Amino acid sequence: MSKLYSGAEIVFKCMEDQNVDHIFGYPGGAVLPIYDELQNFKSIKHVLVRHEQGAGHAAEGYARSSGKPGVILVTSGPGATNVVTALTDAYMDSIPLVCISGQVPTHLIGTDAFQECDTTGITRPCTKHNWLVKDINDLAETIHKAFEVATTGRPGPVLVDIPKDIQFQKTKYKKPKKENKLNGKSHNHFNQNSIDQLIDLMSKSSKPIFYTGGGVINSGPKASELLRELVYATGFPITSTLQGLGSFPGDDNQFLGMLGMHGTYEANNAMHDCDLMINIGARFDDRITGKIDEFSPKSKKVHIDIDPSSINKNVKVDLAIVGDVKTVLSSTLKSLKQKKSKFLKSNKQKTSKWWEKIQKWRSVRSLDYIGSEETIKPQYAIERLYELTKDKDSYITTEVGQHQMWAAQHYKFNKPNRWMTSGGLGTMGYGLPAAVGVQVAHPKKLVIDIAGEASVLMTIQEMSTAVQYNLPIKIFILNNQYMGMVRQWQELLHDKNYSESYTAALPDFVKLAEAYNCVGIRAKTPEELDDKIIEMLNTDRPVIFDCMVDKVENCFPMIPSGKPHNQMILGPKDQESKKITGKGKSLV
Amino acid sequence: MPNSKSAYSFSNKKEKFDTHIIVVWVDNEAGVLARVVGLFSGRGYNIESLAVAQVDEKLKISRITIVTTGTPQVVNQIKLQLRKLVPVHKVADFKREDKAVIFKEMALFKIVGPNNKLEGALKACKKYNPVLLDKTKKSNVIQITALRREIDKMSKDLKKFGLVSVSRTGAVAMTRGADIFK
Repeated sequence: MSKLYSGAEIVFKCMEDQNVDHIFGYPGGAVLPIYDELQNFKSIKHVLVRHEQGAGHAAEGYARSSGKPGVILVTSGPGATNVVTALTDAYMDSIPLVCISGQVPTHLIGTDAFQECDTTGITRPCTKHNWLVKDINDLAETIHKAFEVATTGRPGPVLVDIPKDIQFQKTKYKKPKKENKLNGKSHNHFNQNSIDQLIDLMSKSSKPIFYTGGGVINSGPKASELLRELVYATGFPITSTLQGLGSFPGDDNQFLGMLGMHGTYEANNAMHDCDLMINIGARFDDRITGKIDEFSPKSKKVHIDIDPSSINKNVKVDLAIVGDVKTVLSSTLKSLKQKKSKFLKSNKQKTSKWWEKIQKWRSVRSLDYIGSEETIKPQYAIERLYELTKDKDSYITTEVGQHQMWAAQHYKFNKPNRWMTSGGLGTMGYGLPAAVGVQVAHPKKLVIDIAGEASVLMTIQEMSTAVQYNLPIKIFILNNQYMGMVRQWQELLHDKNYSESYTAALPDFVKLAEAYNCVGIRAKTPEELDDKIIEMLNTDRPVIFDCMVDKVENCFPMIPSGKPHNQMILGPKDQESKKITGKGKSLV
Repeated sequence: MPNSKSAYSFSNKKEKFDTHIIVVWVDNEAGVLARVVGLFSGRGYNIESLAVAQVDEKLKISRITIVTTGTPQVVNQIKLQLRKLVPVHKVADFKREDKAVIFKEMALFKIVGPNNKLEGALKACKKYNPVLLDKTKKSNVIQITALRREIDKMSKDLKKFGLVSVSRTGAVAMTRGADIFK
């Protein structure tokens, strides 16, 4: 007769078999039996956060930088509701998370018991799937299935709710089954015919562009390698969404920079004027397409995505290839080599005019800004940070707002899984806990959270976590005392009515750092910036870097509301000529 | 929003709404109906009627039949989003006009009134396989099976005979002939 294990033990047995080495969590009444067992499973390290939202984002940072699922352990009621923002964030950005939550004992469910909430009800719309385990004999199977659902197909968060009495009950442990089929839901639904069509379109095109997204990153490092191979083999230009940065080298000549609302002039114009758009693992988000009726009007569109429901959701496409990016790219490359081994040579002539046009757009230098010797321009701060860290294989997280867009524009990524930012949900407060998770996964690497002073205050308590576990994360705050993106929109769209976007009574971030027992550094002038950044990089402890920047700098270029890709605002000089119309204003 | 200049609103092209009957085979487990219905409400799809019951006791499969309206793009999204749900096995989609599919709905009518009215009501239902389920001196309960729009019509027409209560099931569907939907 095999050994009987308690529900709490089974939770950890499952984690062992799923190769979990770190979990992020916070104890409470309904998970105490699980926390009681923690010490008996030495291979699993628990990171105690200061708020369950922090656990969620830390797990996201861990997952995005390592390619493994992030695991969260929280208690019932407020523990579960606090993690909802992070689950929703992970759902929007397709990040694999497994959240284990405690629940009141089964006989108390539905009685409004202390710290009871309908966790599976609340998290149903923000998870791929969730389970309430009411029978101890289902527990192991459910947790294994949870890992499988989170990590296969389009990745995403899942939640397993375990009542306290189930955690005490005993049963036999079941190992994960190999090759479970998710109701037969396979992920590659394309055939050679589609690949041939794609190659045909590619060989006919004279104005092609690759538009790549987070799907390339999610498909694993191999997908990024194949992407590079394909882009070099074809000689086509490539642009990337916010989430796709790093899958193709940011400093390569074929890379046009990020596209979308704050994308480069050349990327957006190329998207608008192209005759063939090859979307790889992106989802035609509204911040990418701009005005949908005038989105890339003359192009044939190809969409490669693992999620069939992403196809034709926002933009109708001419050729859909449903499959894993890695598999599709490798088939495409194979066919390309067989059929058009001299593609690059034969194509160079055809796309030469297109490249000339792109060079013209490039010469506009849309990311330029007016420098200053007195105040630190936020773009300058990112540029300097990039120059001083680019040889270090650093990992960058961000909060949400202007600083996030400046980071995406001015920090160049050369590898996948180095860039962690909240794109879909746009969660202020994401970056600091995410940096905690990244540093846990990569203890020896440089991890920087490029932050805004407003965002970072939403989860600042996680500094305490960083200090407790000696995680030397660097919080690089572009401090302009405003919610910068809100201020920018109010300036451009709401007649400079800066309603509630200024934060009076900000804390002294250097003193705050000291209070958390980490290191505070402040830079006030461009002159001292480099030295201070070097001081930060030389500090082997968590640092809060208070970079006092220009308070009213705006993030350009920008596609104003109600405009298509080819009508961007370029910068301070260009603004007068392209005022946003009254109608566009109300509809952003 | 006529002539919307916004990049972030839906196209204001007036597209035709079609009525579709979506049939979903799901694992009969806790919360599965909430998942399906929550998907519809969360993404702003319509539900005109809903019928659900377990159809395979051994495999614990339930069959959910949803009548919905939407543009072709929305109906396509409904199918694709439903297929992503873990407990969903398969999704079928029929247009209301589809001749190869049978749609039926059952209704119970309670009529209260004098004998001539009760008889009149029963007579009016003649076309729709009426069954007299309950009869007293003053009242009748009549069961009919018919199309949705026929029941809509009967619900109006029976008012003059003393209709006091209507209960209806929502449409269910099945393909004609020997084939089954795979």
